[in-house]
Amino acid sequence: MDNWRKNPRVFWILSAPPALWLLGFFLLPLALIWAYSFGHKEGIIGIAISWTPDNYLRALDPLYLQIFLKSFWFAGMTTAVCLIVALPVSLAITFAPARWKALLLVLVILPFWTNLLIRTYALIAVLRTRGFLNAGLESVWDSVDGVARAVGLDGLGAFTPPQLLYNNFAVVFGLVYVHLPFMVLPLYAALDRMDRSHLEASLDLGAGQFRTFFSITVPLAMPGILSGVVITFIPALGSFLTPDLLGGTESQMIANVIERQFKSANDWPFGSALSFILMYITFFALALRAFFSRGRSAMDT
Amino acid sequence: MNNAMNNAIVQVRGAVKTFAGVATAVDHVSLDIFEGEFFALLGPSGCGKTTFMRMLAGLEIPDRGEILIDGRDMTGVPPNRRPVNMVFQSYAVFPHMSVLANIAYGLKVTGVGAADIRRRVDEALQLVQLGGLEQRMPAQLSGGQLQRVALARALVKRPRVLLLDEPLSALDAKLREAMQLELVKLQHAVGITFIIVTHDQQEALSMADRIAVMEKGKVRQVAPPAELYEYPRSYFVADFIGKMNLFHGRASGDGAVAVEQLGEIKIPGNSSAGRVGIAVRPEKVKLFRDAPRPGFTAFKSTVDNIAYHGSESYVFATTESGAAIAATVQNESRDSKLPAVGDSIWCGWRAEDTLVLEE
Repeated sequence: MDNWRKNPRVFWILSAPPALWLLGFFLLPLALIWAYSFGHKEGIIGIAISWTPDNYLRALDPLYLQIFLKSFWFAGMTTAVCLIVALPVSLAITFAPARWKALLLVLVILPFWTNLLIRTYALIAVLRTRGFLNAGLESVWDSVDGVARAVGLDGLGAFTPPQLLYNNFAVVFGLVYVHLPFMVLPLYAALDRMDRSHLEASLDLGAGQFRTFFSITVPLAMPGILSGVVITFIPALGSFLTPDLLGGTESQMIANVIERQFKSANDWPFGSALSFILMYITFFALALRAFFSRGRSAMDT
Repeated sequence: MNNAMNNAIVQVRGAVKTFAGVATAVDHVSLDIFEGEFFALLGPSGCGKTTFMRMLAGLEIPDRGEILIDGRDMTGVPPNRRPVNMVFQSYAVFPHMSVLANIAYGLKVTGVGAADIRRRVDEALQLVQLGGLEQRMPAQLSGGQLQRVALARALVKRPRVLLLDEPLSALDAKLREAMQLELVKLQHAVGITFIIVTHDQQEALSMADRIAVMEKGKVRQVAPPAELYEYPRSYFVADFIGKMNLFHGRASGDGAVAVEQLGEIKIPGNSSAGRVGIAVRPEKVKLFRDAPRPGFTAFKSTVDNIAYHGSESYVFATTESGAAIAATVQNESRDSKLPAVGDSIWCGWRAEDTLVLEE
C-alpha cells in the first residue's frame, strides 16, 4: 500500500465509497447552494438561477454587516478566552505525572460525550435568574450581609440576581464552554512534543519561570497555538445553537440569520449567499494560517 | 598543581536521589571538585552520572545530602540563581532564535546592558570560532556548530562551573576527536572548572584531570586518568576502563592468591584473606617461546586467535588449565614476528604488574 500506482485496483476499491459519499452528499449540495446564491425566488417554492449578484450586494447592507461583525467579535472573544484558559490547563496536563495524563485528557473531552443541546440546556439551568450560579452568589451575598450586620454595619440589603442569561455574556460563556477542548487538545499536543531541555536551558541561563514561559514555551508552542486558534475560531464563527438558546435579541450571530433565511423567511438564495460569504471568510482564515506556518517552516530550514 | 587546585569549588556531601518506582539514581555520593579542574563523571548508561550533574545545575533536587558550590549551600537555590551553566546533550539551542539571540539570551534575561552584551557575545563567538554566523538560525547549522553555540551560550555567562552533559556523543568520530582537544584548550583559556559527563572512557581519559567512575549510583573510584588505568581498585573499574584480563580468586593473606582456572600466584604487596579479583592489562602480558625467568607470572598456553589492528595485534591464548588470556603485541617493525594459531607459547607478566582488586 506504500504506492497506490503499483496497485491501482486496491486504491480505487478502497477510495470509491468515501469519494462517492463526499461527491453525492457534500460537493453536489454545496455546488447547489453556490448556484442558489446567484438566484432569485420565483413563486413560493421556486428558485430561478439567474446569476444575479443581488444576494451578495444585499448582504453588504449595514444590518447584515453588523451581524457579521458581531459574529467576529463573539468568535474572537471566545477564541481569546479559550486561549487564556487553555494555556495553563494544557501546561498542567503536559507536566502532570504520566499516570494522570490520560485521565486528565479524558476529563477535557468528557463534555463531548453529552449531546450539545443537552449541554446547552444545562448551561441555561446554571445561568438563569434563579439558576445555580445566582444561587451560589446569593448565598455568598447573604453570608457577607450577615457578617456585616453582626459587626454592626449596615449590611448589603436584599440580593438582586444579575441577568446572566439571554445576553452577549451568555453567548460568549456558552461558546467558550463548547469550544475549550478544541483549544486544549492542539495546545497539549504541541507542548507535549516540545523538547523539555529547551525550558531547562532557559532556566539554567538565568531566566525565571515567567520569562521562560513567554520567551521559550509560547514561541515553541506557536504551531499548536495557531492550530487551536483556527479550529476554535472557525466553528465559533458559524455557531448557531448557542446564540439561539443562550442569546437575547441583540446577540444574534450570522448563522442564526442564515437559519432564518432557509426556514421562516424562506429566502434560500439570500441564505445561500450568506453561507458562502461565511465560507469565504473561513477559507481566508485558513489561508492566513497556512501563510504563517509556511513562514515558520521556512525559518526552520 | 597550585593553590587554586586545592580550593574545592563543588562540594557534595552524601547526596541521594531516588526516582519513584526506579532504583536509587544517586546513592550517597560525596565528592570534591577543585577550582580550575577538568573533571569527568564516567560510567555506563543508567549509573546516575547525568542525574548527579543535573543536581549540580539545580534541575534535580536531591532527596538527602548537601551541595555547596563556591562555598554556598545550594539547597533551595533554583537553577537560574546558581553560578553554573550547562551544555545539554541535545544542545537545546533555541530553534526560534538566531545564533546571536541564543548567545545573548542568558545576559539579556539577567539585565546586562546592551553594549556589554554585544561585547561579551563577540568575545564568546571568537572563543568558539563562530564569527560570521551570528545571524544564522539554528536549523542552518551543523551539529558541530550547534554545539559551539551551546558552549558559547553557557560560557558567555562566565559561570564558576561549566557542566557538559555528553557533549560529544552526537558528533561523528573525527569531529569528536577534534572537539576533545578543543575543549581542553578552551578550558585552559577560560580557566573555568569543567565537569563533563561521559560514557566514553577514551574521552574521559584523554580530557580530564580527574575522573570519577560511577556504577549503580555510587562513585567507585576518583583518580587521575593514569592512576585509574594503572591502579583500578575494584573489579568493576578494572573491567570498565580499557582492556583487561580478569580473574576471580581467593587471597590467603600471606601474599598468595588461589586464582580460578590459573592456580596459585604471588601478588605484589599483601592482601587480607578473602575473595579478590586478579587482573592484568593485555599490554603487560609478554609472549615467550620457553618458560621465562623468575619474577614473571607465566603460564604455558596455546594460541587460539590473532586479531590484527595495524599498530598492534591482539593474541588470544588459553592456558593449560583452561583460562583465557589476551596479550597486546606492538607491531614495532614491518617484519614483527607473531606466533601462529595453534602454537605452544608461554604467556607471562612481571609479578608487580598483577592487580589485586576488591570484588
